[in-house]
Amino acid sequence: MSPSTDSFEEIESAVVRFAGDSGDGMQTVGERFTDSSAFAGNDIATLPDFPAEIRAPAGTLAGVSGFQLQFGSRKILTPGDEPDALVAMNPAALKANIADLPEGGMLVVNVDSFKKMNLTKAGYESSPLEDEEFRKKYHLIELDLTSLTKEALKESPLKPSDKARCKNFFALGFMYYVYGRPLEPTLKFFSDKWAKRLPELAEANSIALKAGFNLGDTMETARNRYQVSKAPVQAGVYRKISGNEALVYGLVAGAKQADRELLYAGYPITPASPILEGLSALKKFGVKTLQAEDEIAAMGMAIGASFAGDISVVATSGPGMCLKSEFIGLASITELPVVIVDVQRGGPSTGLPTKTEQSDLLQSLYARHGDCPLPVLAAHSPSDCFECAIEATRIALTYMTPVILLSDLYVANGAEPWRIPNVSELAVIDTKFADPNEELVVYKRDPETLARTQAIPGQPGLEHRIGGLEKSEDGGVSYDPENHENMSHLRADKINGIAKSYEPINVLGEKEGDVLVIGWGGTYGAISSAVKTLQDEGFSIASIHLRHLNPLPDDLETLMSSFKKIIVPELNLGQLSTILKAKYVRDIIGYNKLQGKPFKVAELREQFVKHLS
Amino acid sequence: MSTTTEEGTLTKKDFVTSNDVRWCPGCGDYAILNAVQRTLPELGIPKEQFVVVSGIGCSSRFPYYMNTYGFHTIHGRAPTVATGVKVANPDLSVWMITGDGDGLSIGANHLLHLLRRNLDINVLLFNNRIYGLTKGQYSPTSEVGKKTKSTPAGSVDYPVNPLLFALGSEATFIARTTDTDQKHMVETFKAAQAHKGTSFVEVFQNCVIFNNKTFDSVTGRDVKNDQILYLDEGKPLIYGQGGNKGIRLNGLNLETIDLEEGSEGTDLLVHNPKDPNSAYATLLAQMTYPAYPTPLGVLRQLEGRETYEESVVSQIQIAQSKGESSLQELLTGNNSWVVE
Repeated sequence: MSPSTDSFEEIESAVVRFAGDSGDGMQTVGERFTDSSAFAGNDIATLPDFPAEIRAPAGTLAGVSGFQLQFGSRKILTPGDEPDALVAMNPAALKANIADLPEGGMLVVNVDSFKKMNLTKAGYESSPLEDEEFRKKYHLIELDLTSLTKEALKESPLKPSDKARCKNFFALGFMYYVYGRPLEPTLKFFSDKWAKRLPELAEANSIALKAGFNLGDTMETARNRYQVSKAPVQAGVYRKISGNEALVYGLVAGAKQADRELLYAGYPITPASPILEGLSALKKFGVKTLQAEDEIAAMGMAIGASFAGDISVVATSGPGMCLKSEFIGLASITELPVVIVDVQRGGPSTGLPTKTEQSDLLQSLYARHGDCPLPVLAAHSPSDCFECAIEATRIALTYMTPVILLSDLYVANGAEPWRIPNVSELAVIDTKFADPNEELVVYKRDPETLARTQAIPGQPGLEHRIGGLEKSEDGGVSYDPENHENMSHLRADKINGIAKSYEPINVLGEKEGDVLVIGWGGTYGAISSAVKTLQDEGFSIASIHLRHLNPLPDDLETLMSSFKKIIVPELNLGQLSTILKAKYVRDIIGYNKLQGKPFKVAELREQFVKHLS
Repeated sequence: MSTTTEEGTLTKKDFVTSNDVRWCPGCGDYAILNAVQRTLPELGIPKEQFVVVSGIGCSSRFPYYMNTYGFHTIHGRAPTVATGVKVANPDLSVWMITGDGDGLSIGANHLLHLLRRNLDINVLLFNNRIYGLTKGQYSPTSEVGKKTKSTPAGSVDYPVNPLLFALGSEATFIARTTDTDQKHMVETFKAAQAHKGTSFVEVFQNCVIFNNKTFDSVTGRDVKNDQILYLDEGKPLIYGQGGNKGIRLNGLNLETIDLEEGSEGTDLLVHNPKDPNSAYATLLAQMTYPAYPTPLGVLRQLEGRETYEESVVSQIQIAQSKGESSLQELLTGNNSWVVE
């Protein structure tokens, strides 16, 4: 091979989107591109986007699956507003994604699939690739991916149909060439996954990947190569992590720091199922996982295990939260620690089961009968799920209460590099069971936290009964009017007191000024990016991102009063806005979107500028 | 496993709480409470190992009257909470109290899954064939045509047979007893505790206010000798005054026959609760008044099926036997990189 004559253009960041049929392996190539970029030292954020159907009819718009990532030599907080390069494996993938590709963007298409039948399925009357205007609009690279892959694999013993299935890695190899990505992590992936079981497949995919890479080297049109240097990050050991993975690890770490056995009960539901699956694989850490008969049962099992002394966890999504609500009330009145994770998706009802939304905040705060306040927190990024899981465990055990931890589909499925913490530096969660040598008073409270004592079955002398009926301090059933009011106040005061244990609010920018943007959950990356660009341009704007949604931090009100305007962007119809207006009685400017998609940085910037003088 | 205390160190009094029992005067629940409080001290299990879990309904107030660990949960969901308790600590002796509404209407789903999973839990289902705590609506075990406040023209629901439900759920221990017979209740509860796996016990229970005397045609003093068939392992199916009647198989049906005085009847069925084939237990479960005497005792007791909690624990032990686990290694994974 002759030495490359290609020129490298140094760029700060790039956004690449892969799109194809849901059986084309787009999530897999996206993951591999992410690993390769992490290996290259870039910062990354990813956005997998797939349909609710497992395999919708091939070639149709309904079956298009996509994966977008942004990688850069600077801090990357979002997967990017729009792609710089789009890989479309068939006409449907092109049709579903082309509107997002800006003029002049790189468009790689698999022309082998642009046949009459596929064009018709995608709703094209004629091939867009034959339209001169279309061809001029983009930096179009047409690859005969199917035939090129089969040609590269002509020596392989695989069946022809299996050879064709390797085309996703051919396309990936080509994109590695364009962006100067290392091949090693992907070759290692093939080897780890298939070398023992299916060595022919490992070999074929390696050949396809390399053939795609080498093709770039020989193609005139691909000679604009890009270089994205290493991002300047804190020294340490890193890995790529998704939100659901981080949550699983955080739950295990939390249980370990609290010296409690972890019991998880769950019923499969998108997008929370990977938490059940992830914890089920960790039996060697003593994790007990129960696949319950339904969402209600999962909550009941968790409450039973909590009564018996485990730290118990359930994870679900919006519809499952609805089903659990009666049991959550029981956990509240019996004051038992349970971590309840809600990985939010589009609602109500089945809604948009594979799209992101932040619309379960009011449900988490209020969807129980009686006066039943509970701590609610939200993770803002994939790696933040680790810390939030430990924080939820701490609050549950320290305050003897169920805790609701909100994640969302965007955070759960997205991935980013994570600086792996040193386990020996994690804080210890210090909780004790009742002393069998002292007389038990079931609802005797810790003067600091107002948490009740917990006595677990099996200890002699501490026999007692709990239940859904109101109790007096000694644990007896009580219908006394004043006792009920007093106990209701005590439960509420206990929850409100949790705010005393928070760190001060972390402000991005100055602590006073024209505009304060308040966000929560998965919108962190887009809000912070938009605010930073405006700060760089000299505007008086700052932002905060609330981890604790209930109780709200004690220093929030003073901070809010130091700004002329408050903007609250949310992927719902204004749920946090409603809370802030009611609690602090002041004007809030909401910016709301309900399209199953995350905010773009540009759209937030545009909204924020409107309110800056 | 539970550690045993010296026999006789516990008495019924140890299991009585200071709470006033608030069932209606004459309620069958008093008799069942008395029988359970008499049973537990005789099991050789320390008091602190008992946990009584219930749902909602008259019967579900039970834990408040038992001086053990107890949990009064929500309607129909006691099986789920009991499951969590037992898996978290398999050493505990878990007793679940439910009723025909709690267990077979709102909570039938959970009861089915508890039974098929075979947790080592004792389930006592108080069947009074009526909703008591909501003041007298028909229940899923009420007879067709039952006139209640919610069914003034008679109910149109076909009732569920609790024993057949348990059989269909693949329960490994199925028994029936009655609130009118202290001795039989204590024997049945002891057998339930001795069985490894979920023990399902239907208890005929009289609701003195809303469905009084519903079982009198079977358990009434004047008729019980002719209407109750006591099941005894290895013994032929004989009942009636002086054992004057027996049960034998005729084709795929049971038939009752009169026995000559002194004769045992050569072709009578012999009670075998351990038959893995559920056909015999199904025939027993279907014996209903007035065509047949009503069977009381242990219908079915299958041994050898592993309990759910044993399987959960054993998978963890196997995973842990393969070496130490390091949280740091878990967090680091296989694809980490170092930034200097």
